[in-house]
Amino acid sequence: MKVRVKYVKSGHFKFIGHLDVMRFFQKAVKRAGLDIAYSKGFSPHQLMSFAAPLALGVTSEGEYFDAEFNSLVSSDEFVRRFNEQMVEGMTVKDVILLPDDAKNSMSIVAASDYHITILDKEEDTACADRKAKLLEVSGHLLEKETIEVLRKTKKNEKVEDIKNGIFKLYPDGDQLYMLLATGSAYNLKPELVVEALCRETGYEYQKFDYRIHRIETYMRSAEGELVSLLESGTRISNGNAQG
Amino acid sequence: MTTLALSDEILMEIEKPARYIGNEVNMVRKDPAEVEIRFCMCFPDVYEIGMSHLGIQILYDMINKREDAYCERVYSPWPDLDRIMRERNILLFSLETQTPVREFDFLGITLQYEMCYTNILQVLELSGIPIWAKDRTLEDPIVFGGGPCSYNPEPIADFFDVFYIGEGETRYHDVFELYKSARAQGASREEILYRISQIPGMYVPSLYEVSYHEDGTLASFEPGQEGVPKTVVKEIVMDFDKVPYPEKPLVPYIRVTQDRVTLEIMRGCIRGCRFCQAGMIYRPTRQKDVELLKRYARSMVKATGHEEISLSSLSSSDYECLKEFIYFLIDEISNDDVNISLPSLRIDAFSLDVMKRVQDIKKSSLTFAPEAGTQRLRDVINKGLTEEVILNGAMQAFRGGWNKVKFYFMLGLPMETEEDAEGIPKLCETVAEAYYTIPKEERNGKVSITASASFFVPKPFTPFQWAPMLDPETYRDRARHVKDTFRKQLNFKSMKFTYHETDVSALEGVFARGDRRLSRVIYDAYASGCIFDAWTEFFDYEKWLSAFEKNGLSMSFYTTREREVDELLPWDFIDIGVTKRFLAAEWERAKQGIVTPNCREQCSGCGAARFGGGVCFEGKS
Repeated sequence: MKVRVKYVKSGHFKFIGHLDVMRFFQKAVKRAGLDIAYSKGFSPHQLMSFAAPLALGVTSEGEYFDAEFNSLVSSDEFVRRFNEQMVEGMTVKDVILLPDDAKNSMSIVAASDYHITILDKEEDTACADRKAKLLEVSGHLLEKETIEVLRKTKKNEKVEDIKNGIFKLYPDGDQLYMLLATGSAYNLKPELVVEALCRETGYEYQKFDYRIHRIETYMRSAEGELVSLLESGTRISNGNAQG
Repeated sequence: MTTLALSDEILMEIEKPARYIGNEVNMVRKDPAEVEIRFCMCFPDVYEIGMSHLGIQILYDMINKREDAYCERVYSPWPDLDRIMRERNILLFSLETQTPVREFDFLGITLQYEMCYTNILQVLELSGIPIWAKDRTLEDPIVFGGGPCSYNPEPIADFFDVFYIGEGETRYHDVFELYKSARAQGASREEILYRISQIPGMYVPSLYEVSYHEDGTLASFEPGQEGVPKTVVKEIVMDFDKVPYPEKPLVPYIRVTQDRVTLEIMRGCIRGCRFCQAGMIYRPTRQKDVELLKRYARSMVKATGHEEISLSSLSSSDYECLKEFIYFLIDEISNDDVNISLPSLRIDAFSLDVMKRVQDIKKSSLTFAPEAGTQRLRDVINKGLTEEVILNGAMQAFRGGWNKVKFYFMLGLPMETEEDAEGIPKLCETVAEAYYTIPKEERNGKVSITASASFFVPKPFTPFQWAPMLDPETYRDRARHVKDTFRKQLNFKSMKFTYHETDVSALEGVFARGDRRLSRVIYDAYASGCIFDAWTEFFDYEKWLSAFEKNGLSMSFYTTREREVDELLPWDFIDIGVTKRFLAAEWERAKQGIVTPNCREQCSGCGAARFGGGVCFEGKS
């Protein structure tokens, strides 16, 4: 039986890389005494797969992984038992049961949205100017024909048009909001959009000037709408928990 | 949420920021304002190494069980962060509360190997604690050293306030009680250290005076004050089932060297190999109750979520309930999600059976540690393993489907001849030939034999503490000769031989049996940039050579010189229970190639019986 787990990664946990987050959950599942299923073979591993890796330094309230269990408890019980094993900066939000034919989260991820905080130093007018300018330009960037950035690969750099990957981009209070293509088909990192904004405004991009927070990870519904990954299944009530 | 000592910017700039943020599963949280004693435990190497060490987990758990104390941790910052901390004047901090180490009452540094000595200076300097103990004030923590290298603490004596000689479980409580009352009385630093020297097992180096003969050997080593003990008797746990054990060990986020549940089944070793320091300093051998271990296995797997469980001891095959315990682990603990990592075991029907059940035969190999190539030399070093035992074990395993063998040897052992060195490839050849006596259809393809040799380093408190160490050139020549001899064997295509580097071992040899004058050398080497010397990529032998030269000391005085049995040795003031007389008798028997039986076969009267327990009293009540 396959379930999907939604979790929040915040605080200092942002310094724990994706592979280590996976290991953290593998151990947490065992400490929680949850009945996770294992692959067959000489070195069995937990049947667990993560939706969309988060870069080091990024926080998120919309992270997901799928896992296969031999027996189930209710969603509330899953959440409670997971959270008993979490540490500061990591919280499980919800657990749903997926239909047997559900595709795994990694393959269905289509987009995610972000809040970008532009850090400014107090009484530094240059900083405040930059922030105001970036916020202002963000509302109009999508009107351009192409949005070009330098994308660095291992071998070389090339100019790339990222416009197709940006679904939404606008100022949201004193933060930037952006909804971007995510997943195996096309994956656009929020840093690149910020870089494009800097390019547009003539500021030099410094990665430590921005704090990135992922709000949610989405898939496409049958109608083509972007919906939460929790839409794939249903919550497990007490009566439905099965062994 | 704790405020981190390092900014986001720094943490994103360096490798593996998880090394410096703490917050691991099972980390102990306390309010520092609520405790009277703040203890910072340090392993002077990188986080992944330090977090793999059982001893720190034991003491961390033990100290934190006290309500009035809070034990936190610190490890050596990796060179990338080291550079940033120096550039921006950032003080080294503890992981738990991210407090500067300098604000602690105690800094406890574990001394697991000699090549971490420059890292101790790094930790002190980055903490803003004076490197030389004499320059410290009441504002600085009391710096403790402990662990195997404190059995000859002299090369680093000037950097430490106190060395705790022996096993950590017994005396920290006394130290803390004394410290609390001394601080309440407004005692001076000198007064506190003097009073600590009165606690059994505590060595306060500043209270001793050392003089040398013209030839550089020790002339005298005496307490400089009335009332300071002349000898320090090692501390040892005698109620081994009653001491605390960390049932909820820390679980790191990043992959560390030993990422598993570790169960200490036994402390000490009955074998008495003459090169082995652990085999002497941990005498008498004590075993943990098997029922207690079963309980720990269950609770620790549950508390950590680790996928692997391993056993810790010097010679697991000598643990009397091993069979019962390993079958328990296989039947009750191991399943899809917990593997058993087997210790190296004597090869017999039992070990082959368990190996078959917990390992993939195709991937696993047999391990033998004959240490020396010929029976003559194995008798010299008192390594009981015979060629017959090796061949019998190997043949049983080959018939069971194994085809990979690993051998561990040492080169440069006392009394070693060319014939002994050549014995290494010959023994490998004998085993290879034995393999091919098995009919083709009953064996599993080609045999594969890997032999490795390390450079023997004589250690204090062993019968070889008087032995000359080989000079690096001779060692290198001998190792090359062994390699050439391998090429002459019939089955050389199935064999691989590697040997360890020489420069690091030579330095290790200096510090292992060094004296107090070496503090200056270590300081100068560190000042010229030496750090992480245990890491090949950072080890800079040339800098060490100039540090010796600058101080007018020669490495060979410490390494290749044969000591007379009546020479005053820098560690003679420590009493490990095993007597110097016994060690000298063993040195004599080694020269004659006479084997000494193990503790269970026959007591040899080493002196450890005076602790009143362990193997010395097995079967007697």
